[in-house]
Amino acid sequence: MADKNEILAGLAEIVNEETGLEVEEVQSDKSFTEDLDIDSISMMTIVVNAEEKFDVKIPDEEVKNLTTVGDAVDFIANAQG
Amino acid sequence: MTRRLVITGLGATTPIGGDVDTLWANSLAGTPGAKTLEHDWVEKYELPVTFAGEVSVEPAEVLAKPETRRMDRSTQLGMVAARQAWADAGLVRPKDEGYDLDPERVAVSFATGIGGVWTLLDSWDTLRERGPRRVMPMTVPMLMPNGAAGAISLDLGAQGGARTAVSACASGVEALDVALEMLRKGDVDVVLAGGTEAAIHPLPMAAFASLQALSKRNDDPAAASRPYDRDRDGFVMGEGAGALVVETEEHAKARGAKIYAELAGAAVTSDAHHITAPDPEALGASRALRRALESAGADLSDVTHVNAHATSTPVGDKPEYYALKSVFGDHLENICVSATKSQTGHLLGAAGAVESVLTVKALRERRAPVTINLDHQDPEMPLDVVTGTPRELGDKQQVALCNSFGFGGHNAVAAFRTY
Repeated sequence: MADKNEILAGLAEIVNEETGLEVEEVQSDKSFTEDLDIDSISMMTIVVNAEEKFDVKIPDEEVKNLTTVGDAVDFIANAQG
Repeated sequence: MTRRLVITGLGATTPIGGDVDTLWANSLAGTPGAKTLEHDWVEKYELPVTFAGEVSVEPAEVLAKPETRRMDRSTQLGMVAARQAWADAGLVRPKDEGYDLDPERVAVSFATGIGGVWTLLDSWDTLRERGPRRVMPMTVPMLMPNGAAGAISLDLGAQGGARTAVSACASGVEALDVALEMLRKGDVDVVLAGGTEAAIHPLPMAAFASLQALSKRNDDPAAASRPYDRDRDGFVMGEGAGALVVETEEHAKARGAKIYAELAGAAVTSDAHHITAPDPEALGASRALRRALESAGADLSDVTHVNAHATSTPVGDKPEYYALKSVFGDHLENICVSATKSQTGHLLGAAGAVESVLTVKALRERRAPVTINLDHQDPEMPLDVVTGTPRELGDKQQVALCNSFGFGGHNAVAAFRTY
């Protein structure tokens, strides 16, 4: 279990690892594709790494709904229940 | 009219140097690249061969971290060499200031023997240990043998074609044959050519050892690669990449590029004899030599230097000698031979590319690099092998050859001329 700030920080680390983007750039209101320039392959890699890190399942059909970093944080928080 | 082709840029990352200047200096000095491997997997899997030639500069020291995550090690090494060659040629990439190439007339010909073997086997381990969800989406583009060619074409903005010769240990020279073909056809003006390999992984190490192809001189890795020596007992696995910018003379001159040498000709043939053993009569290798000379418009007497394939296996070195003897006859005594695998080890699909870089440097600097570990030359191969100190090649216009042969019966020869 983690609060949303912890999830955001963890997600930012995953994004940094995959793309080299600074963790400070990974903010809740940022769009993965528009703002962070993350392509579908990187997105899937981030999703799989997030599943492991937060011990959740993020179904493939759900990924397209995760437009912003905040969407992903919310989904992970809810999935952790 | 045949377009004249020239070499304008060189790049390399090898066990004896992470750039061309270091590689060249070490190849003149005589520097063994093989060392005992310090990976835990050597002991874990009880590998019969415990040494190899790893690159002296890790690609992660040169490339940005997010780049390395999307590239198999073989592509990483290829990218390092390709960028060096491109910069050495005075060329920039589309995103850089001053880019003025027509991207549709720029191509890539980048070879490999095996491709992304680390990615393939790591992913298989991941699947078995952690399930399919953990198999990364980049797995396919990282393991495919054209991965390096594709990634380099993307990096250089090359839209004129990105091709991959795959012919085992002949791949690196075959890449030059492909480049020559593309340029002579007239479709492109510039080709980034080369080859890469990164197969120092327990499986290929075990497999080559199982073929009895590797030297087992575990107690003395530096002395293990000894082409033409009576006591040679196999090749030394190496990794690395070499790259050459090949362009039309017209294009090079128009942009005021420095010219190292001419890529005068190239040829490939196949033995159709045996899947791994060379044809003992070396008919295929002889045909490749003759065709390369014909392609270069060169006379036998023009040739002064050969960078030999010479891997240091008991069965492999001799047929190359027979091929040279049958083609050059008495002139062979005027040709000095360098077996640089004695220093670098055998870089498989990168070997011909790195050795072509050394051949071009030899013509440019008029000196042939040395062969080490030749303590007792096998009397059945009475070649004039360069040992001890580099050989001066003299001022006259001359041709040098680079030979590469591979499992599958592949023979590839490139011919370079002083410029």
